[in-house]
Parts: sequence; C-alpha cells; structure tokens
Amino acid sequence: MSKFVLEKLRERFGTAILETHSEFGDDTAIVEPSHWKSVCQFLREDPTLDFDLPVDLCGVDYPSRPTLSAGSGVAGRMEVVMHLYSVSKQHRIRLKARVGDEDMDGAELDSVTSIWPGMNWLEREVWDMSGVRFRGHPDLRRILMYPEFEGHPLQRTYPADKTQPLVAYRSEEEAGVPLHKIEPFGPEEGMPFGRLAVRRAEDN
Amino acid sequence: MGDVSRSLTLEGSEQGFATTRVDALLGWARKYSLFMYPFVTACCGMEFMSITSPRFDLARFGAEAPRFSPRQSDLLWVVGTISQRQAPVLKRIYEQMMGPKWVMAFGTCASTGGFYDNYTTVPGIDKVIPTDVYIPGCPPRPESVLDGLMLLQDKIARGDHRPGVVKPRFDPVKEAEPLVQIRRSAKDPSEIVPVLKEAAPVALGVARPNPEREGARLAGHGGPK
Repeated sequence: MSKFVLEKLRERFGTAILETHSEFGDDTAIVEPSHWKSVCQFLREDPTLDFDLPVDLCGVDYPSRPTLSAGSGVAGRMEVVMHLYSVSKQHRIRLKARVGDEDMDGAELDSVTSIWPGMNWLEREVWDMSGVRFRGHPDLRRILMYPEFEGHPLQRTYPADKTQPLVAYRSEEEAGVPLHKIEPFGPEEGMPFGRLAVRRAEDN
Repeated sequence: MGDVSRSLTLEGSEQGFATTRVDALLGWARKYSLFMYPFVTACCGMEFMSITSPRFDLARFGAEAPRFSPRQSDLLWVVGTISQRQAPVLKRIYEQMMGPKWVMAFGTCASTGGFYDNYTTVPGIDKVIPTDVYIPGCPPRPESVLDGLMLLQDKIARGDHRPGVVKPRFDPVKEAEPLVQIRRSAKDPSEIVPVLKEAAPVALGVARPNPEREGARLAGHGGPK
C-alpha cells in the first residue's frame, strides 16, 4: 500500500497525528483523541480519500502502558482501533486513539455515527466491552451484555472468572451437583490449554 | 413392566384378570410418548437435526413429535451453549412446562459450559434447572444421543429423577491410530515431512476393502442392485 493516506493526514492535521507506521502493508495513524472526529470527517469527505466503508471498531486494553507522548498528558490505557476501507479507491487505513487513565477516567471519544451510521452498533460494543464512552452517540446502551451487568468484561481489570448471573443458581443440595464450573467430560471437548486445565497442572 | 409378549390365552368360558402397578403402567406409557421441546441455541443444533431426521430416527422411541410450545411438551432438550442472558428464558420455559417433565442436556456446553469459562456462559444448565440426563460430546455422536434417550426412558419407567451421564462409546476418531505423523528435524526444516502410517490407506478408504462391512452397508440399502 502506498503511504499516500498517511501523508495526506500528516499534511492536514500536523501534530494531531501523534505517530504513524506502515507495517506489512497496513498503514496506521495514531490520532490525538480530541481530533478523532475531525480526522474521520476528513477521511470520509476528501474526494481523494473517500473512506466510505467502516470495517471495524474495537478496544484494546493496555493497563500498564506509560503516560502517552507529550502534549496530551493522558495515559492512553485503552486503545480504540478503527479500520476503514474505501470501496472506490481500494485503500485502507487503521486509526488508533489512546484514551483513559489507569481508572478509565477520561475514556471518551467523539461519536462518528453522524459520519458512518454503521458505526452505531460498533461504538455500543466498544462501550459495552471496553467501557469507552462516545460523546454524541444517539443511543449508547449495552449491546451484548444485559443491562444489569456491571463493569466491562474486556478490561484487563475485570476478573477472568467473575460471572453475574441473572438467575440465582440453585443451591448445591437442591441441584445435587457441585456448582463450581466443572471441566468438560472428555479431552476432545474442551481446550487443553483452558484455565481449569492449567490450574490442575499447576496443582499436580 | 415386564414382557408384553408373554400372554395367557383364556379358553372357552374361562374368566380371569390381570394385575399391575399404576406407577409402573404410567411409567411405561410415558416413556413412549415423549413430546419434546427443542431449546436449540448453538452448533449442537445440527446434530439435533440429524438425530430427529430419518437416518437416526428418533421416532423409533416414541419421541418424534416436537412441540414448540412448552405447555404441550414434557421433554426439554437443551441443545447448545446457554449464556447468562439466556438463562432467565430457559428457566421460564422450564417452569411453563407441565409435569411430569424431563430435561436433557445435549452436548458439553449445556452440561458443563464446555470450554467457555468466562463472564457470559452458564457453566452447565443444572445451575438453573434440574437436569435428568447429560450427553457429553462436542457435539455428541448420534449414538450417544440415542443412548441418552434410552437412559431417560429407563429413568422414566423407574420413576428415577437422579441425574445420569451417558457413558462414551468407542470413538473411532479417538481410538484409531493417527493418520499422519509429523517428524521434526532440528537441522533442516525442509525435512519435516508427513509420514503416512500403515493404517492410513484403510482409513482413507482406498485399499483393502472389508467384505463384512461392505455387505452390511449394502444390506442396509436393501441388498446389491
């Protein structure tokens, strides 16, 4: 891929593009969070760029990431990653924005649903799973988990074995079975590298 | 219930009567008139379709009629992964069914949560509703499902509500010799070559036809054409 898109972005936004790299044909730009929406607007509306297909949006948690580069002063714990594609120009770009400190304070971005309506559910998913709020989103509710769920399961600080049942589990006497999670019956039915298997290997 | 074929014929003006136990008679009647409610949520559903279709033919066991209303059914098949979000629905379906009712956990996910061990999956439906028979497998082979159904029929006939687990049968995939073995050479990566084992041609079905199996296969299709 050419680095044409990255050059256009750097030319237009200067220091708001914190970092760029092109690895294995993938062009990536790390964007200052406050410019998130204007960068998206530019990518959508510039006729030579014409990014008309929002491919994906997700959150990646780096809890131990040090405070980000100069200027922003924000520890970018949660990295929001957006993939875009232009059907007419046939080029791609990956945008990243690092938001939120250790306690996920300030994990906010401008919603881009006004630019790509298809980003609506993806932003809801990132809010649900990673806990990034999107300012100006028309309907920022959970999309995968139930409304009673507390916390955001794809944050690294969410305990891996914590469940929040909607239905109270039956008591052990009533059920007649142990109520902790039991391993699958046979070796071909589960992951030999799963948490239970690892724990058992450590005990032995 | 005993052997139905063992009958006593009354001659001429002879008179007689038969005795049984009400619960035994009811159990016998119930085990051959299961109305099932398929609660299908995941990939095990494919295997459930297979088991209900003519090839494996669940109708032989008097369980051919699916009812898509819980109020008309007495056997709940829980087929697939149950998420925490789905659990209230499952519980409600179970509560709407009329007694006496039975529950089958079809596959490892329904039985134990399977390899899902996380924030979103119920670790086995017995955490939410009583379960009569667990069928392991990911997905279970049709034979184990039939075993499970027969186990359930046995439980119904005996009025036994303790949970039971279907024992695995011989599994050719698990027991047979591996088809391909890979040798690794530290010196030259190009030497990593797959070695076909001796058993492989048979497993691939290209050599050494088995007349016994062949005959059985043809017999199953109504003999040689």
